[in-house]
Amino acid sequence: MSLIGNIILYTFIFLSVYVQVFFFVTFLENRKKIVIRKGEVKLSNYPKVTVTVPCWNEERTVYKTVQSLLNLNYPKDKLQIFLVDDGSTDNTLNVINQFSKYQNIKVFHKENGGKYTALNLGLQNADTDFFGCLDADSFADKESLVRIMSYFEKNPSAMAVAPSVTVRNNKNFIQSAQRAEYDMGVYFKKMLDFMGAIDVTPGPLTIFRKKVFDELGGYRHGHNTEDMEIAYRMQKNNYKIEHCNDAYVYTNTPATIAKLYRQRVRWIFGFMNNTIDYKDVIFKKKYGNFSFFTLPTRVASIVAIGYLSGRTIYNLCTFLYSKIIVYKTVGISLHAKNLAFDPFFINTQVFSILFIVTFILVFFSMLFGKRMSEGKWAFSPGMIYFFVVFSLVSPFWLLKAAYNTVLKRKPSWR
Amino acid sequence: MIDWKKYVIVLLITAGLFVTAIYLSNYFSNQKINQLKTIQDQISIDVLSSETQFSLLSELSCKNISDSVFSDELSELGSKLQWSEDNLGNTAEVSYLQKYYSLLEIKDYLLTKQISTRCGQKAAFILYFYTTAANCSLCQQESLVLSTLRTEYPDLRVYSFDYSIDLSAVTSMLQIYKIKDTALPALVINDNVLTGFHSVDELDTLIQQSFKLQSTTNISPTVKPTNTLSN
Repeated sequence: MSLIGNIILYTFIFLSVYVQVFFFVTFLENRKKIVIRKGEVKLSNYPKVTVTVPCWNEERTVYKTVQSLLNLNYPKDKLQIFLVDDGSTDNTLNVINQFSKYQNIKVFHKENGGKYTALNLGLQNADTDFFGCLDADSFADKESLVRIMSYFEKNPSAMAVAPSVTVRNNKNFIQSAQRAEYDMGVYFKKMLDFMGAIDVTPGPLTIFRKKVFDELGGYRHGHNTEDMEIAYRMQKNNYKIEHCNDAYVYTNTPATIAKLYRQRVRWIFGFMNNTIDYKDVIFKKKYGNFSFFTLPTRVASIVAIGYLSGRTIYNLCTFLYSKIIVYKTVGISLHAKNLAFDPFFINTQVFSILFIVTFILVFFSMLFGKRMSEGKWAFSPGMIYFFVVFSLVSPFWLLKAAYNTVLKRKPSWR
Repeated sequence: MIDWKKYVIVLLITAGLFVTAIYLSNYFSNQKINQLKTIQDQISIDVLSSETQFSLLSELSCKNISDSVFSDELSELGSKLQWSEDNLGNTAEVSYLQKYYSLLEIKDYLLTKQISTRCGQKAAFILYFYTTAANCSLCQQESLVLSTLRTEYPDLRVYSFDYSIDLSAVTSMLQIYKIKDTALPALVINDNVLTGFHSVDELDTLIQQSFKLQSTTNISPTVKPTNTLSN
């Protein structure tokens, strides 16, 4: 491989190892502070909270979502639920109208304007000190809200608290791969919390102090990732975002490669464009670790994953091509001698060793993330599927998102 | 607000991991080179021993000549050398080992020829001249063909020589058989020089005709492709 190619490769490997070691060192520093509560939590005070569920054509999942809110272990008179139909063309409005009989539920209907407009409608009508959102395809665990509120009680300077977003009903290998990824995300989010550097306040059940919106303004379009845009805005204004790791929200994941691809194009497009909008935040001391760690590593990881995965695919293709040549030349020969294994041929180059180091650290993130979200150390085959599926497909959605960014075209929501 | 110390510590840890990886990689490379050297030394001793034995027993019958089984060891050495060249690069040590290997091949070839002249048994060998993939696009495929033939005919010896190697003995071989670098890959079977790519089927027939060898495996037509590459 050419010299330039090698320099780029080793730079990316260095950065990857650096990031993983950084997370791991953060973990070692803070591991005593990671608390996973099992039972009920009692607060001294139960503030009133508004949770908005924006819906657009969610007839299949919104019922369960609202049920999960009604089942929350939180005083019913302190929980205000807004169901906002954003101009759905299916049966969603009828489904959510069933809930209007509840005292603490209000149903709104408006013309289609996008998720952020639905959330802003909720904001306008909310008169509570705390405001949150729950995506219509996600379900909240019973104890999630009270645990989140316990963080606000403990720390008056916390302005937003995010839950752990995990996956429950994974049916095929694609969903298992995503489950491993979300578990890994729980670990990373907690580490970013310790660094004060969280970059996304997830749609599913992040709770804000309402004054964040009073002071900074409501949700913006944010390139279809308004949950990322508000987090960036908060970080830029030094508003503290925390992560309540034992508040669980379960989300549905795309079941086919095509749907996953579209989802990730949207996410990466959102990330790229939000980062461009906030580019003056990178490498400025006053914005803390968000500016020096989260943003630069996110940018570098996009480029690195694109390059490394592209290279993997290229290597795979050349490998397959050479095998095809072998087949065309000599046919298939399964002579016993050819199958004998000699340790001489194991690749022990620098690249392989470092790859194994990175792999081990990433694997640890998945294992510990799973421990944090399910309470046990366990291996799941999804962890292997993750590497296979994501390394093969991610270069494509990265390229598409970059392409869309360059052309400033909006990807479709679904 | 930013813990600069942590950034520096992580940088040091990462650099440390890199240095360790480089060190480990070098260690393993040296181990492999040493393994190759050991194999070559072993073969060298075996060749010398056979030559000496042959000289000693020049008056006696050919039945006492121990059947040299270098062909297996030599081919194992050949494939490991090829791997080393691909993965460790063309370092000074790998080049040195390749030259040594070529010499051992020539010595084995000469010894086999002597035995066959003296004892009247026909030795089955093919001389194969190739060069780098950049200058010879069909050499890689020809190598595959020859490897397959070797597994099919265990008694067949294939001696491969890199055209561009800087070794006087190999240069002499090139001159003897009038091998040109424009006509590679080149095969010498039964003192006939063949140039260009030859498929498994063609060589199979030639080998059976020239050397009267029995094939140990039958190439079943069902696993073979219907088109074979022609030069």
